[in-house]
Formats: sequence, structure tokens, C-alpha cells
Amino acid sequence: MKLLTLNFLTCAIKTCKTSPSSFPLHPQDSELEIVEADINVLFLRNMLPRLMWNELRLIVNELGLPSLPETAPDASSLLETKLQVPEGDTTGLNIEKIEVPSQVAKDLHRVLLETCIREGKLVCGNCGHEYKVMEGVANFLLPGHLV
Amino acid sequence: MADKEPRGEAYETQHVHTVYEEIASHFSSTRYKPWPIVESFLKGLPDGSIGADVGCGNGKYLAVNPRVFIVGSDRSTNLVKIAKAYHSHSVIVADSLSLPHPSKTFDFAISIAVIHHLSTPERRIEAVRAVLDILRPPSSVQGDEGGKALIYVWALEQKDSRRGWDEGHEQDVMVPWVLKGKREKKPSKKRQSDDQISEDRDRDRGMGGQGEDKTFLRYYHLYRKGELEGDIEEAGGRILGSGYEKDNWWAIAVSKMDS
Repeated sequence: MKLLTLNFLTCAIKTCKTSPSSFPLHPQDSELEIVEADINVLFLRNMLPRLMWNELRLIVNELGLPSLPETAPDASSLLETKLQVPEGDTTGLNIEKIEVPSQVAKDLHRVLLETCIREGKLVCGNCGHEYKVMEGVANFLLPGHLV
Repeated sequence: MADKEPRGEAYETQHVHTVYEEIASHFSSTRYKPWPIVESFLKGLPDGSIGADVGCGNGKYLAVNPRVFIVGSDRSTNLVKIAKAYHSHSVIVADSLSLPHPSKTFDFAISIAVIHHLSTPERRIEAVRAVLDILRPPSSVQGDEGGKALIYVWALEQKDSRRGWDEGHEQDVMVPWVLKGKREKKPSKKRQSDDQISEDRDRDRGMGGQGEDKTFLRYYHLYRKGELEGDIEEAGGRILGSGYEKDNWWAIAVSKMDS
């Protein structure tokens, strides 16, 4: 399960949803894996305003991953200009500018879209309920008395 | 005609959830063709849109648009295991009446062939409300109506389908799914290239094989004309569009403005 998913998950118990401490869910005993994916800067740029940055920083710290910057990156920092000689040009005189994903974009892509929780649990900060993650799938079915 | 057991959660556990858990693999092999309305809804979304597929089944709609991010959920662990193959999204096991999503979050949500499995009017309306609740509310930007939901349910009016149900028929029905024999065949090449696979045939199609057939009965509430719109209104939604496609009623709705 991609870490990005945690941006859109909270406790399944209705009475918890109104409590700010139910978001984000806290990963515990996590076994992480990297699942490579194609980077899409447009996707990242549109995603940026949707990210609960402080909460994601907290999760990333809890998982012991390198810290995210204190504030969310600016959309303009996701691309950088690179100079290159066009393919087939042997004169070296026709240098062109191309836009490529910046390191900021690559880092963001790595942590949100390629870093996945394979095993572990997600814990509600309000009620303490634990949701198991098995083979990359979190299970939010509640026992009868909590529905 | 459905039996006389009391309807509700326990009833659905027996007559819906358990069945899907058992038929997951075979069911999934018959579900690969997206319905046109759903496909065009998903393809029309801007890149980077965030959505929920509530009752994602085998995840066939997760494949339609890889430039959006969808959190798919289903009650059936076995179906979610299949849906996990769509790596660009995420899938979770969850109940549609206890969704683990923050309110007012998603740009879109789809609920395809799910709500007709809930066995009381109250639970169906609650399920619609749960879908509307997770949609982003309208913003101050002019023309932004907020997140949109596409809901799709099986229609009572389908006299040209093989089942032949129509206006006036009992709406609460048990629909068989036949698992034929022990050995399962893959869908034939002809089927895979067939553009017009009718959902009706898909719904309980048996596969060739040997051994004894096993029949599972699933509960459905067949929606009559206008009923889906009524449920959405009741749940606090506003309808942007609705219609009929291949034996199903569909509607696109938004959450009403917060007062």
C-alpha cells in the first residue's frame, strides 16, 4: 500500500471520524517495500494541494524514513531545466532546453508513490483500534460491536 | 422472490458477502469489460484527480485511467487480492457503510453495481450517503460543484434481457451464480474481443468443466425507474445527470451545498 494512500484514510469507526486525532492513522510494525512506478509530474503537481503535509511528515518520521521538508514543495520546483544536445546532432552547436523532473519531484514520487507498506498495522490515534496490513492490503472490516 | 429472513447486515453477510468470497475468482474472470458510462466518466477526469471506488470488486475500473489516483475498497478480501494487481492505485478491504475515508475528501467516487446488494431501503440510502459524504464539497471557485459520484445499479426494467424482469415484478430477488464443475476455462478469445458483452450474460455465466455444478444465490434489490434518484435525494445529494444503460440505472450526483 502506497504511503500516499494514508493521506486518504482514517478510522472506520464513525465516532472517531469527527476527532482530529483519528487522522492520520499511525503505521506500526511496518515492513516496507519499494514498488517502482513511472514518475508523472503533472500528477504530482495536481496532488500537491491535496496532501496533508504535516500529517504525511509525521508518518514518514514514524516509519523512520528520511524527513520530508518542513513545508510542501512549490509546484514550480517539480521541474528543472536541463540543457542537452539534440539526438543526431554531431556539431554540438544546437543545444536545447528540456524540462525534466527535479530531485524534489523524484523524492516526493519515491516516498509517496513507490514506498509501500507490505505488512504491519495502522493504528487510530483516537480509539487505538488496529487495522492489519497484510500483503499490502489494509483490512478495515470492524468486529460487530464496533460497527 | 427473496426469502422471508429478516433483512439487514447479517442477511447480506450470508446472501452477498459470503457468496462473493466463494465465487471471487470465477466472477472476476467474467468482469473485464468496463461499462461505457463508467469508462467515459473516469476518462473525463483531470490528471491527478483523487477518487474512491466503493465496492471495486476485481478492480476492473482501476485500469481505465492511470493518470488519476483511486483508493478502491471492497468487502471481499478475495476480490481485493485480485484488484491489487493495478499498481498505480491502492486497494483496501472495507465495508461500504463503514468507509475509512475522511469526509469531504475526494474529487470523485464511483459505486458500480454495489448499492443494489443492500437489503433494506434504509441501508441503501445510508450507502449513498456514505459515498456522498467522502466527496469534496463545492469550492468558491466559480463552476466548481465539488466532487462527483457515479452510482450504478441493476434495473428492474429489463424485459429484453434474458431474465426478462420488468415493471411490476418483485424487486427483491435472489440471483443464481453457477460454478460449473471443478475445472475452469479461461474466457475464449472470441469473448475477449467481443465489444458488446451483455452484462446480463456476464452476471451468472457458467464456465465449461467437469464435476458437479454449484449454484450460489445472491441477493439483489432491482431498482425501478426513478428510485435511484429518490435514494440520492433522500441521502442529501443533488443529481447532475441520470439515465439507463444496459439493464442498469445510473446517476451522477454531488453533495448539496453546506448550509
